[in-house]
Amino acid sequence: MPDVIMPRLSDTMEEGELSRWMKQVGDEIHKGDVLAEIETDKATMDLEAFDNGILEQLLVVAGALVPIGAPVARIGDGSNIVEGGTTPAAPTAPVADAVAPAAPAAAAAAATPAVLAPASATPAAPVATGELRTSPLARKIGREHGIDLHTIAGTGPQGRITRTDVDTAIVAQAAAASAPAPIEAVAAATPVVSTDSISVPVSRIRAVTARRLTESQAVPHFFLTSVVNVERLVAFRAGANASLETIGSKVSLNDLFVRASAVALRAHPEVNASWGDGVIVRHQHVNVGVAVATDDGLLVPVVADADQKSLAAIATETRALAGLARTGGLSLAQMSGGTFTISNLGMFGIDSFTAVLNPPEAGILAIGAASDVPAVRDGVLVTVPMVKITLTVDHRVLDGAVAAAFLRDLTTLLEEPLRIVL
Amino acid sequence: MNTQVATTRTITYRQALNETLRAELERDEKVFLVGEEIGVFEGSYKITAGLLEDFGPDRVLDAPIAEEGFVGAALGAAMLGMRPVVEIMTINFSLIAIDQIVNHAAKMRSMFAGQVSIPLVIRMPGGGGQQLAATHSQNLEVWYAHIPGLKVVAPSTPADAKALLTAAIRDDDPVIFLENLSLYSAKGEVPDGEQIAEIGKAAVVKTGTDLTIVSYSRGTTTALEVARQLEAEGLSIEVVDLRSLRPLDRDTICASVKKTGHAVVFEDDWLSYGIGAEISATIGEGAFDFLDAPVRRVAAAEVPLPYAKSLEKAALPSAADLARVVREVLNLSSTPNDK
Repeated sequence: MPDVIMPRLSDTMEEGELSRWMKQVGDEIHKGDVLAEIETDKATMDLEAFDNGILEQLLVVAGALVPIGAPVARIGDGSNIVEGGTTPAAPTAPVADAVAPAAPAAAAAAATPAVLAPASATPAAPVATGELRTSPLARKIGREHGIDLHTIAGTGPQGRITRTDVDTAIVAQAAAASAPAPIEAVAAATPVVSTDSISVPVSRIRAVTARRLTESQAVPHFFLTSVVNVERLVAFRAGANASLETIGSKVSLNDLFVRASAVALRAHPEVNASWGDGVIVRHQHVNVGVAVATDDGLLVPVVADADQKSLAAIATETRALAGLARTGGLSLAQMSGGTFTISNLGMFGIDSFTAVLNPPEAGILAIGAASDVPAVRDGVLVTVPMVKITLTVDHRVLDGAVAAAFLRDLTTLLEEPLRIVL
Repeated sequence: MNTQVATTRTITYRQALNETLRAELERDEKVFLVGEEIGVFEGSYKITAGLLEDFGPDRVLDAPIAEEGFVGAALGAAMLGMRPVVEIMTINFSLIAIDQIVNHAAKMRSMFAGQVSIPLVIRMPGGGGQQLAATHSQNLEVWYAHIPGLKVVAPSTPADAKALLTAAIRDDDPVIFLENLSLYSAKGEVPDGEQIAEIGKAAVVKTGTDLTIVSYSRGTTTALEVARQLEAEGLSIEVVDLRSLRPLDRDTICASVKKTGHAVVFEDDWLSYGIGAEISATIGEGAFDFLDAPVRRVAAAEVPLPYAKSLEKAALPSAADLARVVREVLNLSSTPNDK
């Protein structure tokens, strides 16, 4: 019977953390049973069984990071039950790839999955059974350096793994990593943390943010800034809220920006696009992502078909999505499929800024704070609220003039807000 | 030969206390001393030598053998703005006065909504090792360190004796000033001029990278001795001298353990519920992820301290005990005569 493998649960997923086993070795399994919980880069999902049978062996421990496609458990007829975990005869491709290079124990550690018994374990590496005896410091350093403590032999009292043991493994890992892959070399170059610095373990969200934003730096991009007179927009919002008050709804300036962008994107399909390996993909739907800061990091829930939705609907949906983002309740679907993103730092009093592209989208709009600017009207000096908006553009998809036309039309919409809803 | 202008002198702990009391009596006429045999007899341990002669019986008061009475009298004087410095002959006798200390001195400020402050200092030595038997050899500092409303300081050097006593006398709250019988003749460099310590700050008296010994009072002296001895074996030991048991400088303790990953507490009191229990909990709460081994405590045997010299020595925590536990925590092989 086939192994249970780590499934691909999102577009951007490369590996999943098997956060919790819900079944134990020897349990009878029915198709559809939840075997484990998997934390992906975006959400926590259930891993369901596709087969009936007996859970014969767990191949990874809870907490392990496992690449997509790697086996995590084995379901059979119950004749090959393995408690604790001896090595699977021949692990299938991904894990084998991950642990292939040189010095086995160290390389396995570099690849991070906490495999119970690495396929190529050296004699020194103990077969982990039961609880691992480690010091808190060893665990901390292990976490920081991606060392799987199961692959290390403890030399402390009663075999406890202590700092010395982890330090030794780090040196071995660095040696092993210096040749094979650039990513591992970077990891090995991580300096030993100085005693007065604090290393904060990153959440999955932050790790993904870091990776994707780093990727986006490879995109050739340029910036366009426009200054928008929001006098009418502010008045429009006040009027809208007055009339929405009876139904208990409320519209924010940001909702107006979402709606205006969606309308402008519908009129400029060349902006609602992505670079796709030699072709430009124009999206049929206008899905606007809204950047939300959460305690765990930046999340971008998506208002799907924003050009088709009323202002009130956008307002209600955005508020609900932002709430879910802050409580960790966003589903993958609610974060997928964006074609354009809006990032608003106006509430922090930021005058203007440039946002980093959210790949594969071709554009992201950065919105600053409204500030009163003097102007002469009918011979009288008055102040007018102005907002600076800055568009970041993927130059592979769009040229300056095309993007500028989009931004000009967006500016006009914002200055004549009735057109946003007509 | 030192050609610089001398800014420090090497004097004993006893002399540092004596000079500080003298300086404070001279500086502030509200300061007065009271205690058993501190005047004519100049103190059981000669801390107040010469002070009656120079300041007279209004400033240096011989009290009857009635601890509750003279501590209570000093407390009343403190409420009215005087700055009494009480000497209780040893910490063991403070038990007679504990109601005045715990139920009154510690609580007056809070219970009277801040209308009174209690600028009272109670000096008293603790410690065993002098063959004074069980009732006269105790380390009861944790009894006072447990009480909110009190400050408890425990200097380990002549310099700290000076700076902490000065701070204690000038503090507006009641301060228990813990001395130690075996420290009185200890010598050390003491800076000239006014020195005021900040109550509540521990000191890293020796830096190191492998293990932290946390101690106070006499224990710090032993900790330093052991640290130097182990340094000869290639171990780098950091020593944190608490100096103040309440308030406790948890930050300094945890910062040190975060650096070394190992900690041993060396304390003269009994193990159970002792100072080391509080330090261990502090480290567990503040530096758990940095611990490479369990925190260990080296404390007195849990018996009333024996009078017989050999038994007394065996019951008190020693440098050898500390060195053995340090090696155990670092997972080093023991020396042959260790058990």
